[in-house]
Amino acid sequence: MSDVTATDYSQEAQFDDYFALLKPRVMSLVVFTAAVGLLVAPIGVNPVIGFASILFIAVGAGASGALNMWWDADIDEVMKRTQTRPVPAGRITPRNAMILGLWLSVISVGMLGLTANWFAAGFLAFTIFFYAVVYTMWLKRSTPQNIVIGGASGAFPPMIGWAVATGGVSIESLLMFALIFIWTPPHFWSLALFMNEDYSKAGVPMLTVTHGKRITRRQIMRYTVLLVLVSLLTAFTSIGGPVYFITALALNALFLRGAWGLLKRAEAAAEADNYADERRFFKLSLVYLAGHFGALLLEATLRGLDLSPAIWLHLV
Amino acid sequence: MDIRPDHELHQRRKKSNVMLGLVLGGFVVLVFAITVVKMLGGQNLEAFDHSVRPQLTEASQ
Repeated sequence: MSDVTATDYSQEAQFDDYFALLKPRVMSLVVFTAAVGLLVAPIGVNPVIGFASILFIAVGAGASGALNMWWDADIDEVMKRTQTRPVPAGRITPRNAMILGLWLSVISVGMLGLTANWFAAGFLAFTIFFYAVVYTMWLKRSTPQNIVIGGASGAFPPMIGWAVATGGVSIESLLMFALIFIWTPPHFWSLALFMNEDYSKAGVPMLTVTHGKRITRRQIMRYTVLLVLVSLLTAFTSIGGPVYFITALALNALFLRGAWGLLKRAEAAAEADNYADERRFFKLSLVYLAGHFGALLLEATLRGLDLSPAIWLHLV
Repeated sequence: MDIRPDHELHQRRKKSNVMLGLVLGGFVVLVFAITVVKMLGGQNLEAFDHSVRPQLTEASQ
């Protein structure tokens, strides 16, 4: 961390501030994808064990969020989007954020191991390490590929959920990983397109800062094409089915059209309407991911009720 | 600083203390629930009642 201008830490932290340190919005995404990973697995889990496991995975995600806010306090202070976070706002000291993050990491991994299995717990520990150390401390400030590789930490939760149920890894859990992993770059780069000034001010080497917006638009298109393949391939595995396939077709059509629109857009036009299309694409990316995992959950429910069609093409 | 039970400081900290208490209480309940589920292992939990039941003999296992 570079020197920060003297932040006043005399204000008293409230419970809500510590909760905000866990990045509740990221946590909600983790809870959702991990729960889907657990529920679509072919092996059933006791509801109490399942609930507790998801909770501990969420706490682990929160721990890595706290560690991220400890390390990134100097960046967060500069960027408008993150200025009000408890550490840059001076309600929690960086040291306290670190202590909370470390203890929650130990507790979440230990409890997940005792509750589910140690493979899942090891996976959670690796995820926390990947987000806090590999992404936050190393990649974020050193390479424009930061969010591409760092996106892996956001993509692990459904694999951990699957591991809670099955104790292992499979093609299905790898595809759920790939779906989030490849979705992350278009998602964040569309954000970076309209938040560019923030990142350049903070000195974060986002692709928009290092290579410009033209290249970023091209990269969004590239990853979107790759994403379509992963998304559609998932339809023909044991967790896919017609409901998922139709949902994926619709969402991919929208997403492809959006990415194409961004690619063809001139910078002057984007600036003229304050990046309206980019903002829309960013929102669409959230719907895209939620829609896919929602459809997977629906397929699992239909299978549970014996309502899924007997004939469906399974490639893997 | 004069700290009386109704000092403004106590008022401010009350919410945090109550929330933390709830979190810790919830954690205790959760660990208890996990323990019960793990001990049952999908079966009924039976105490030893000082007489040999068929379930205790090797043949039934």
